[in-house]
Amino acid sequence: MSAVLEIDNLHVAIGAANVLRGVSLRVEAGEVRGLVGESGAGKSMVGRTIFGLLPAKAAIRAGQVQFEGRDLLAMPDKERRGLLGRRIALIPQDPMTSLNPVRRIGAQMVALLQLHLGLSKRAALDRAADLLAEVAIRDPARVLQLYPHELSGGMRQRVLIAMAFACDPALVIADEPTTALDVTVQRQVLQLVERMRQRHDAAILFVTHDLGVVAKICRSMTVLHAGRVLEDGPTADVLVKPHHAYTRALLAATPRADRPADALKPVPPALIESLWAEARRLDQLTATRPA
Amino acid sequence: MADLILSGPISAPASRWRSALARGGARLWIGGVLVALLLLIALFAPVIAPHDPAEQDLMSAQLPPAFMRGGEAAFPLGTDSLGRCVLSRLMYSARTAVSVALIASLLAAIIGIALGLVAGAFGGVPDQSVSRLIDVWMAFPPVLLSIVLAAVIGAGLVSVIAAIVVVDWTRFARIIRAETQAQLARDYAAAAHVLGLTRAQALRLEILPNLVPLIVTLLAVEMGIAILVEVILSFVGISVTGDTASWGGMITEGRQIVYQAPWIMALPILAVIISVIGFNLLGDGLRAALDPVQRR
Amino acid sequence: MRWSAILKRLALIPPTLLGVGAIVFVLLRVVPGDPIAMMIPPGASPADIARLRALYGLDQPLLAQFVTWLGQVASGDFGRSISLRQQVFELVGARLPATLELAALAVALALMMGVAVAVVGSLLRGSRLEWLLDTANGFFLAIPDFLWALILLLGFGVLLPLLPISGRLDPQLAVAFRTHFYLIESLLTLRFDVAADLLRHMLLPSLALALPFAALVARLLKAQLAEAEDQDYAQIARTRGFSRTTILQREVFPNALIPTVALSGVQVTLLLGGTVLVERIFSYEGIGNMAIDAVINRDFPLIQGLILTFAVLFIALNLAVDLLVAVLDPRLRHG
Repeated sequence: MSAVLEIDNLHVAIGAANVLRGVSLRVEAGEVRGLVGESGAGKSMVGRTIFGLLPAKAAIRAGQVQFEGRDLLAMPDKERRGLLGRRIALIPQDPMTSLNPVRRIGAQMVALLQLHLGLSKRAALDRAADLLAEVAIRDPARVLQLYPHELSGGMRQRVLIAMAFACDPALVIADEPTTALDVTVQRQVLQLVERMRQRHDAAILFVTHDLGVVAKICRSMTVLHAGRVLEDGPTADVLVKPHHAYTRALLAATPRADRPADALKPVPPALIESLWAEARRLDQLTATRPA
Repeated sequence: MADLILSGPISAPASRWRSALARGGARLWIGGVLVALLLLIALFAPVIAPHDPAEQDLMSAQLPPAFMRGGEAAFPLGTDSLGRCVLSRLMYSARTAVSVALIASLLAAIIGIALGLVAGAFGGVPDQSVSRLIDVWMAFPPVLLSIVLAAVIGAGLVSVIAAIVVVDWTRFARIIRAETQAQLARDYAAAAHVLGLTRAQALRLEILPNLVPLIVTLLAVEMGIAILVEVILSFVGISVTGDTASWGGMITEGRQIVYQAPWIMALPILAVIISVIGFNLLGDGLRAALDPVQRR
Repeated sequence: MRWSAILKRLALIPPTLLGVGAIVFVLLRVVPGDPIAMMIPPGASPADIARLRALYGLDQPLLAQFVTWLGQVASGDFGRSISLRQQVFELVGARLPATLELAALAVALALMMGVAVAVVGSLLRGSRLEWLLDTANGFFLAIPDFLWALILLLGFGVLLPLLPISGRLDPQLAVAFRTHFYLIESLLTLRFDVAADLLRHMLLPSLALALPFAALVARLLKAQLAEAEDQDYAQIARTRGFSRTTILQREVFPNALIPTVALSGVQVTLLLGGTVLVERIFSYEGIGNMAIDAVINRDFPLIQGLILTFAVLFIALNLAVDLLVAVLDPRLRHG
């Protein structure tokens, strides 16, 4: 098997604060990998690094991000823009704010298809309608004429999923795509993402804090805390016999069908504190060592 | 318990002042210095002016400023076509401008704040009448309205002040009305209601103190505007009469001999620009200093 | 929802205009000076004066005068100018086009300058040049059109005499016009020499009107661009490989434009009000200059007609801005 994405020892700091402390991560072609962590663990920073969306004060201190064997961080801006949206795509978190409110759905999809596939406007519109049909939107020709505010949240998320898979990417990064949705819609969206992945033969890096989602759709998973990888392996192995105390604590804090809700235990504060202390110790080690 | 609810943000006043000054930044300082300078010149014009502003000396008319060729040290900024000292006239004009600005802004503020508070706090018929009145006022071209007013009332400082007050009360009324409504919608206003304060008490004890920073800022801006209106009216020829010095009058006189002696027109323009910039910077600085929730 | 707001605005127009009319009317009737006294030759008999007063209806009670005037205005008769001895409607109709052309040129100049400054400022974000640009912009915003007119007059009319500083057209050109929209007409009839001369005369006054308005547009648009660039959809466009200029142009600009138009559109009325003094300073023959003459001559019918004209223009402009915002924003169009 070959890796689509290979992140090696990635260090990112925002100002003086380290946010990623040597993250390594591998996504094989066609696989679905979960990237799990609580808020502040650095999981969205991984996505931002790949897309070149780090905040102005952020700096990549060390590490490599290889996409299909090419170093994303070293390549010229123009070359990277040619990959983004075409070979690497994003399913964003909040469908309500992720579409431009003053442009029609059709115009937004056509712009993307024209940029990367060089289609004529006519051909791009046809392809956009096909894509909407793929994500089970009824009457695509009409929806293409609509503005985002005329669609429900679930519909908008479908449009965003269609746009992510529009150019047959090798890797789709799904950034908590179900968090902002109703529970009833969540399941449909997960199924849709999985179906689109199979059709378009893409790998997915599924960023989430929800272990239940990971258990449902991810073949392998990575657990992140304080910008460090605590656990990495096939989902079944990690969930059944976690190596790290933090993963065990997370599992104990996740609702399950086979035990009562009041059996949930919060992650012990002492554990969190010790993890952060360890992270700070690592920071000091790297700071004293010449880069 | 009651004290806690009513006391607002808890912090030492001294540090609050210091952080406010820091937020105001350079704008506050430069604007403050310029405005202070203007006020001092206006106040001490009789003491510091080298000549009587009305004193004519036809033998030395249209002298250029002392630093230009042909200038005389006795007239640092030269003389006008009647041989009057330009520097002295500029200083006395500042006196005219500042007195108009102070009185007119305060009167406009009092009327505007009163109407704005009533409209914002009571809603219903009072709000409707004040809002319609503002609508009508907004349909007037402000400059033309003050010119008509000043012309109707007749020349003189009183008429200039009246023209400014009648035109500009809406600036205060509009903003105070909106802000009063916003304040009343907040929690502490509801708390005051729970505490059994009447609406008038709540206005006086709760709303008005919170509007003070806004009012101070509006006043600084309005004084800049009032100075301009005075200049405009005296430029059009319906402000002060006779020998009373005013920047607008000096500009009009200078315009007639602009090809022979351009500095006579340029100097009062410069004085107006400096004053207007001063009040603008002060207003901007105050807005930044007094509004703790400002985003940038 | 939005349409009902516009209907409500429409319904408020007649009472607003009535209010404006009533205030002007009363204001001018309590004036101490007698307009008739200004137009009679010295040595006119009291009978002559009485006849003139009756001719202009000044001998009637105030309310009766107002009702008569309202009826006349409603039928399009704004009365006769006392100083110019012509129908007010014709006088205003002949001068209004000059002011409209001047204001339109000023708005066009201001939009070009304002948008350019905002876009350049956005591209410079975070650099020292941005600070310089913002400071200069604040300076241009603080100085009102009246002062700009004087500065430009002094600078480009006197010290560096590049442009004419008085009038609308070089009298030596002696052109006959069929309409009063000289600039539009000369462009349509391909008289480019005339159009160029008109533009040369309009440049300084329109620049004086445009500079503070351009600075306002620049400040508002720049802030809105920064806000729109932070929105999710603009960030997500970057994850799709669009270049920064494409994103600025297609995603950010249309969104930033809506609040900018809404906020600055209202200020166009201030620009229009500014024509009063700017026209005066440059002796430009529009309704603003005419209004000051009318005030000096205590020409009541003309003042009334001119103020009503400004009021109608202001109200129409505000309404046009509301409609424009509704056209630009699909969320309001369908609401």
